[in-house]
Amino acid sequence: MKALKFKKNETTVLIGILVFAILIMIIVNPGTFLTSTNLRGMAFQLPELGILTLGMMVVMITGGINLSIIATANMAGITAALILKSMEASPVLGFLLAFLACIAVSGSIGLFNGVLVAYIGITPILATLGTMTLFNGVAIVITKGYVISGFSPLVLYIGNGSLLGVPFPLLIFIFSALIMSVILGKTRTGFSMYMIGSNSIATKFSGINNAKVLIKTYLISGLFSGFAAMVMISRFNSAKSGYGNSYLLVTILASVLGGVNSDGGFGKVSGVVIALVTLQVLSSGFNLLRVSSFLTTAIWGFVMIAVMVINHIIDTNKKVVV
Amino acid sequence: MKKLLKRHETYVFAIIIIFGCIITSINPNFLTLENAFDLLKSNAFIGIMAIGVLFVLISGGIDISFAATATIAEYVTILVCLEIGGSMLFAFAFAVLIGIALGAVNGYLIDRFAIPPIITTIATMNLYYGLLIVFTKGRWIYALPPYFRSFADIRVLTLYTENGLPYGISIITVIWFVLMILSSLLLVYTRLGRSLYALGGDYVSAKRVGIPVRSIRVFVYAFMGAMAAIAGIVQALLVQTVAPNSIVGKELNVIAAVVLGGASLSGGVGTVAGMFLGVMLLAIVQNGMTLMRVPAVWYDVFVGIVVIVSVGASSYKAKKSKATSVIDIQEKDSTTCDALQAQGGKQ
Amino acid sequence: MQANFLSMQHISKRYAGVQALDDIDFDIKEGEIHCLAGTNGSGKSTLIKIICGVEQPDAGSVIHIGNDECKHLTRKDAIHYGVQVIYQDLSLFPNLSVQENIAFSETMSSKNRLISYKQSREIAQKAMQRIGISLPLDKPVSDLSMADQQLVAISRALTSDVKLLIMDEPTTALTKKEVDALLSVVKDLNSKGIATLFISHKLNELIEVADRVTVLRDGKKIGCFACSELDDKKLEHLMTGATTTYTPYVYKRPDSLKPVLECSKMSKEHNFADIDLTVYPGEIIGLTGLLGSGRTELALSLFGLNTPTSGTCILDGEPVVLKSVEEAVNKGVAYVPENRLVEGLVLDQSIEKNIVMTTLDENVNALLLLEERTMKEAVAQYVKDLYIKISSTEYAVKTLSGGNQQKVVLAKWIATKPKLFILDNPTVGIDVAAKSSIHSIIKKLAAKGMAVIIISDEIAEVLYNSNRVLVMNRGRIIGEFDSAQATEDDIQSFIDLHAV
Repeated sequence: MKALKFKKNETTVLIGILVFAILIMIIVNPGTFLTSTNLRGMAFQLPELGILTLGMMVVMITGGINLSIIATANMAGITAALILKSMEASPVLGFLLAFLACIAVSGSIGLFNGVLVAYIGITPILATLGTMTLFNGVAIVITKGYVISGFSPLVLYIGNGSLLGVPFPLLIFIFSALIMSVILGKTRTGFSMYMIGSNSIATKFSGINNAKVLIKTYLISGLFSGFAAMVMISRFNSAKSGYGNSYLLVTILASVLGGVNSDGGFGKVSGVVIALVTLQVLSSGFNLLRVSSFLTTAIWGFVMIAVMVINHIIDTNKKVVV
Repeated sequence: MKKLLKRHETYVFAIIIIFGCIITSINPNFLTLENAFDLLKSNAFIGIMAIGVLFVLISGGIDISFAATATIAEYVTILVCLEIGGSMLFAFAFAVLIGIALGAVNGYLIDRFAIPPIITTIATMNLYYGLLIVFTKGRWIYALPPYFRSFADIRVLTLYTENGLPYGISIITVIWFVLMILSSLLLVYTRLGRSLYALGGDYVSAKRVGIPVRSIRVFVYAFMGAMAAIAGIVQALLVQTVAPNSIVGKELNVIAAVVLGGASLSGGVGTVAGMFLGVMLLAIVQNGMTLMRVPAVWYDVFVGIVVIVSVGASSYKAKKSKATSVIDIQEKDSTTCDALQAQGGKQ
Repeated sequence: MQANFLSMQHISKRYAGVQALDDIDFDIKEGEIHCLAGTNGSGKSTLIKIICGVEQPDAGSVIHIGNDECKHLTRKDAIHYGVQVIYQDLSLFPNLSVQENIAFSETMSSKNRLISYKQSREIAQKAMQRIGISLPLDKPVSDLSMADQQLVAISRALTSDVKLLIMDEPTTALTKKEVDALLSVVKDLNSKGIATLFISHKLNELIEVADRVTVLRDGKKIGCFACSELDDKKLEHLMTGATTTYTPYVYKRPDSLKPVLECSKMSKEHNFADIDLTVYPGEIIGLTGLLGSGRTELALSLFGLNTPTSGTCILDGEPVVLKSVEEAVNKGVAYVPENRLVEGLVLDQSIEKNIVMTTLDENVNALLLLEERTMKEAVAQYVKDLYIKISSTEYAVKTLSGGNQQKVVLAKWIATKPKLFILDNPTVGIDVAAKSSIHSIIKKLAAKGMAVIIISDEIAEVLYNSNRVLVMNRGRIIGEFDSAQATEDDIQSFIDLHAV
């Protein structure tokens, strides 16, 4: 009974924080926050960060971390962009090929990460730090630092259009969140991810193939980076190395805020989505207040620390009561 | 001799020699004293930060906020110096104080609230760097106090090229080497240094044996901050300008160098000598690329590959050599048969 | 009458709602070898913490130590009086050398902030000489065997003027030879006037050296006895308040059955050699022997974690070479590990998740998604069948008692419907009632046709829960007994005679 009650409490607390954040933002931005412009803006900005966060979340559940998600997204995005540019004559075919290439590149990097962690045995921080450096470098070599831009209307629609009033990127995000939710909550692989995050020795002794599950984890993470890349390049109508580097902290922040335990074993998509919306509300609110993006980054750093401190205090008090 | 072969540092050294030979064969300018001195000078600032990273890794932690700390220490110190005059000595001292403060925050958060070091330092990196840009608006400083220029020109040993151009061991290189020697002595000959290794080896045992874990943790991150601060000033001396975004982004190269030199993310191992070799290995790769006319954009690619291959090799080796049973198997002899017969067994 | 080194009265300690110690009187004489016995939760760890000064007792306590009297001890006090503790994990630094580890206490307590290698070398050598050992000083401790590491820990304790050495379950991972070596070191210390306090219940090991045993149960002191008065059974009864009763397992093999397991000359270097083992459905094979005889290594090789290098293994009529746990489980092998907490359970996750984790493939629907309903039903059935006392399967496994935890592990494996069920020391640290419950579960499984191998250090446990007992020593099977005809003494004397 107690365990169940606590679970309900977690989500309730998160929703509470979200409502609180919305209220504050409305108060400091009277008249501008609840406008359709702002709401649409949030709905368009959230998806790419959200999909990236899902990719970070799945790795954190297994007790690891993926520092290369942004680099992977950029690599995949640049590949797609190059194909789009070279196939400008046939936009539909070009788009399909670009999408496939995006998936192929991001999936391959994900697989590579998985092999490094699961078969070679490199600790996730170092493995993904290495691939992040490597692929950031490859991206620079390919683009020579330039931006690739100017894509077909089809592509632009994905990033900026709406379907039945709902922004298309948001639909993609909702779809991705549903997929991740199913993977984590209803598949054998997802089940194993949680167990490995808590105790990978016991899973080994129970017949779970740790290596296979970890490779799938990093592969999925890579693929989600690929999805995010498609949204990113369509929204910005360009691709470049080094985009979105500041997102890394936010993906970790959203995951931890959303209930993902940094040691692994716990965390649900619902919590992370609520956390993402909360952070987006704050971010848009800051934007309206003309707060510089750097100050926002600094604030995220502070919030990250605050969340971990509060988590710790709650955890230590829990132990005493029991 | 066997002991030497077992050591990680020996392999790094061997690879440096190999790379050195390859580069020299393509461009003999590599193997000159002038080039060597130049390499040491330009990599001093990475090398000084590496000392701090080494200490943190040995103690079992990690820090990726040091580049932001270095930048803040550099920027604020120079602003203050421009305001009140100051001196080189003052600049170093003031910067170090800033570095210690920023680093100590990391150490305290990590120990007091049990926040994983990677998350703590990602957070403080963004916090520090974000605030820095907000307050400085990203402006570069082009005019440094005059003593920065004169200090940077000091040479400890001066030689002349064929054309009469002077070169030699810069004071900056000397600073790096002095710091390396002092750090090495600290790690090997002081209780504090050994406590770092102990803490990295086994946290619980460290507490049990009486090591003041919190103080050590705060010290090690504060030390990292101090090293980062010195490196920041060195950076200013080297390029004679201050750009807020010049150091941030290099964190990974520094960590890569230290890990290449034999330190491990799990803690408890690492030497200053190894760290030096790791830094020089990456320095030679970069230098080699320049001398072999490989475009600079390839640098990150090479660093990434070198790190993955090197760490991969040692991780794989560690994985394969995990302890297995060693039972002294009994001789197949009459005892077995007698024993079986003794109680009218089924055989 | 020997003087007391340490004497405590009215020691009580209450933690949030739990009375860990209830008015205990306890004393250790100078130079005595004393044993402290009790199950998990008996309060022995708390008592040790109070003696070391890590915890302070509640008001009303009196402690006499050395020539002084006080109400409680601090860590510094304890060290000052000469109390040193060696915890079960030894608290060494695996990355540092033997010399440095031994000298570390000295290093920490000396006023000098600088280290002199010559000095610490001398300290280490002197300490090792005190117990007559010689280990390579420059080797990293992680390279040493468990027994040698223990000697390093003892040496470190000896670098100060120790008067009372406390050792927590020191013999758990040691072979008989190593235990003998350890005990002779302790006897030697004893002759030099150093008292030793063992936390252990392995009376058969300690009876040669120990003088007295203090038994704690549920925070109360049951009594202090001379070792000569007790034997293992009496001690178990004092510690648990009950005695395990055994009923023998009756088995009659029908003639036409084919064996589930047929191993022939199975060997693996440095693990085991020439294992010939045949197990029929419905049989329970008891496997015993001394620690280090290769039993676990053999069991793991049948589970895919220790592939043999020669010989054959036929499982249910099919020759197999098991290279992974996945493979072994698919072929119908189940293994309940000795290290329940690390290898058997995912403590932070729910009971339900722990039970279904081995049968995920059987719980998926046509869309390859997990069916919550069928999982919950299956789990509820196992909880009922195995009498696991819980109010909800959503609770984390770490909230359960040892016996219930082990039943969760059993449920997890029973769910895979194995043909060969191997249990490695399944009832260590489990209360008497749960122990009997687990034994009857095992017998029921065998009666339904499963082949079972039960490994245990306790002869009574293997004898009364099997139809055949095998004795292993140094990698070989050296003896076999018919459980219906042999007695405990037969097996014990056999081991005493032939096993090293």
